[in-house]
Amino acid sequence: MMYKLWMSVYKEFLLLKRDFGGLIILFVMPLVLIITITLIQDSTFRTVTESKIPVVLIDNDKDEISKSVIENLNKSGQFEIVSSLDGKNLTENSAKEAVFKGKFQLAIIIPENLSKDLQLKVNQNVDKIISNFGIGDLSEEPKKDSLPQIINKKEVRLYFDPATQATFKSNVKSSIDKMISQIETKSIYATFQEQLGEGEEPIFEQESFITFKEIVPTVDNKEILPNSVQHNVPAWTLFAIFFIIVPLSINIVKEKGQGTQIRLLTNPVPYSIVIAGKTITYLVICMIQFYLMVLVGMYLFPYLSLPTLDLDGKFFLMSVVALFSGLAAIGFGILLGTIAKTQEQSAPFGATSVVILAAIGGVWVPVFAMPKVMQVISHISPMNWGLNAFYDVLLRKADAVEILPEIFLLLLFFIITIFIAIQYDKKKRAV
Amino acid sequence: MNSNKNIIQINQLFKQYKEADYFSVNNLNLSIEEKEIYGLLGPNGAGKTTLISMLCGIIKPTSGNFSINNLTYEKNAFEIKKTIGVVPQEYALYPTLTARENLLYFGSMYGLKGKILKEKVTLALDQLGLLKFADKKIETFSGGMKRRINLIAGILHEPLILFLDEPTVGVDVQSKNVIIDYLRELNAKGTTIIYTSHHLTEAQDFCTKIAIIDRGTIYAEGTPSELIQSTTGAHNLEDVFISLTGKELRDDV
Repeated sequence: MMYKLWMSVYKEFLLLKRDFGGLIILFVMPLVLIITITLIQDSTFRTVTESKIPVVLIDNDKDEISKSVIENLNKSGQFEIVSSLDGKNLTENSAKEAVFKGKFQLAIIIPENLSKDLQLKVNQNVDKIISNFGIGDLSEEPKKDSLPQIINKKEVRLYFDPATQATFKSNVKSSIDKMISQIETKSIYATFQEQLGEGEEPIFEQESFITFKEIVPTVDNKEILPNSVQHNVPAWTLFAIFFIIVPLSINIVKEKGQGTQIRLLTNPVPYSIVIAGKTITYLVICMIQFYLMVLVGMYLFPYLSLPTLDLDGKFFLMSVVALFSGLAAIGFGILLGTIAKTQEQSAPFGATSVVILAAIGGVWVPVFAMPKVMQVISHISPMNWGLNAFYDVLLRKADAVEILPEIFLLLLFFIITIFIAIQYDKKKRAV
Repeated sequence: MNSNKNIIQINQLFKQYKEADYFSVNNLNLSIEEKEIYGLLGPNGAGKTTLISMLCGIIKPTSGNFSINNLTYEKNAFEIKKTIGVVPQEYALYPTLTARENLLYFGSMYGLKGKILKEKVTLALDQLGLLKFADKKIETFSGGMKRRINLIAGILHEPLILFLDEPTVGVDVQSKNVIIDYLRELNAKGTTIIYTSHHLTEAQDFCTKIAIIDRGTIYAEGTPSELIQSTTGAHNLEDVFISLTGKELRDDV
């Protein structure tokens, strides 16, 4: 029986070797995928850190606040301030038009007299507080012309390109909101200082009292700072491993079409040996895919100005996760190939189901950010088990025992899908 | 008096496919003696392939039973499969593998291995005139060459019983003669052959016994000469066939 198994494996390797297009799909496409996705994701990450987004700024204030806004925008390093287009100074209307047409992602319109009116408003409030506390100069009668002036609320208007992603909008809005709050606070402190202070000695500490610090996991007193590559490589490696479903199911459907499956059914060889031959072959393919992607992450990414994949001594456990993820994918591929009657059924269904499993598994959107129902559904996606196991090992520094539940689920998925495939095949032959 | 034992015994065999409203095999009873070259002849949709598929263990009967060499699939499927060889109607080969690779693989599935397997493959390729093409891919072969490889894949393990479903369909006269001669040699060595074909002249010359089957039932059975003699005005097997199955078209759906 072992010789039959060996010959089945050898035959599958020969078939793959002779299928050049299939080999490209199996080895090159996952590498292209992982490089492309990581470059894109890393560039999104760098948008916030390195590269600058052009922002239209219409300064109708031309005073302290607008200077402060420009200074803060420049200081953030995220934005490049633009005030003219094609040699013409932009107005609010032309800026709005340019942004809505997608020429810029964002325009900030600072209203007229913002600094002056803010100062007046702050002065009024501070005066009121001081006089309520009886600190001010009470002997002085209020002058007629210093009666509280009505100051209208000011509005800093933001225009976004309609195609801008909600996350980016929300990040920008919160940054500008924070910036304006700081300016207001600073202005209030300055006015109090002016009213109450003597000399140049500051009476307030103007620095924030509450700060925050992210505490990251440490191993051997070394902080573990995951980068975009350490998030992306496991996720997209898993995605690529699961794409084995497509060629594997096509392989089985082809055997039915060629009549070789009929011949095998008449041979004294259990269907389990035929399946085992395919499982071993495609599992080797999965592992080669995995190691190629790891090598790309470790040695090619630095040349593409991407962070290096750091496995941090977890190579063996990562391989274990890849192995069991591969088994789950192969189980699904064999089941699909057994049920599908044509390649037209198996190929699109296989590809679409991998995308769906990836989506509900948290490869694109983290599970915690999904609606409640989808969070529950995500727990039945083998890609979710695989991804969690990868993250447990690589990012959460879990040991072998801690990933056992996910490994068990992946193995169970393989066993169940193979069992269904064998039963379906038996039932079909009883037709 | 013939002393050969029945190697295949079929009793009240029925087969109805799930979506069909008729029986493809309908209360069929048949005995086939060992070392026979038994021809199952019938028009399209007569039930020949269904019957062979059941005898080869590819599909299960709806009811009835049969035994092969006194064994049944319910109890001895593995043993039966070791004793039979199957040459299906389609080229059941991997097109991107060479002739030798295909034969080594299918031979190994019958439990052959090592030097014996390699020698058997080389010998069969030589006997069927394909040795010089042994290392060419099947996809480059002509229909006749594929048919010969298809045949070798079913006989490498020297089966006791060989099922052939239209083994000479679509091949030239030269290939057909090589195949038929080779099958005769096998039969002379003791292999029982169960054969279906639409080539009635070929069947008349090749088979030792023939059953005319239609609508899942056997209409007549005997040696070719017995069948011709028992049919009024028949000069050959084709006359017998038309007389029993009629002239209307049998489009198989």
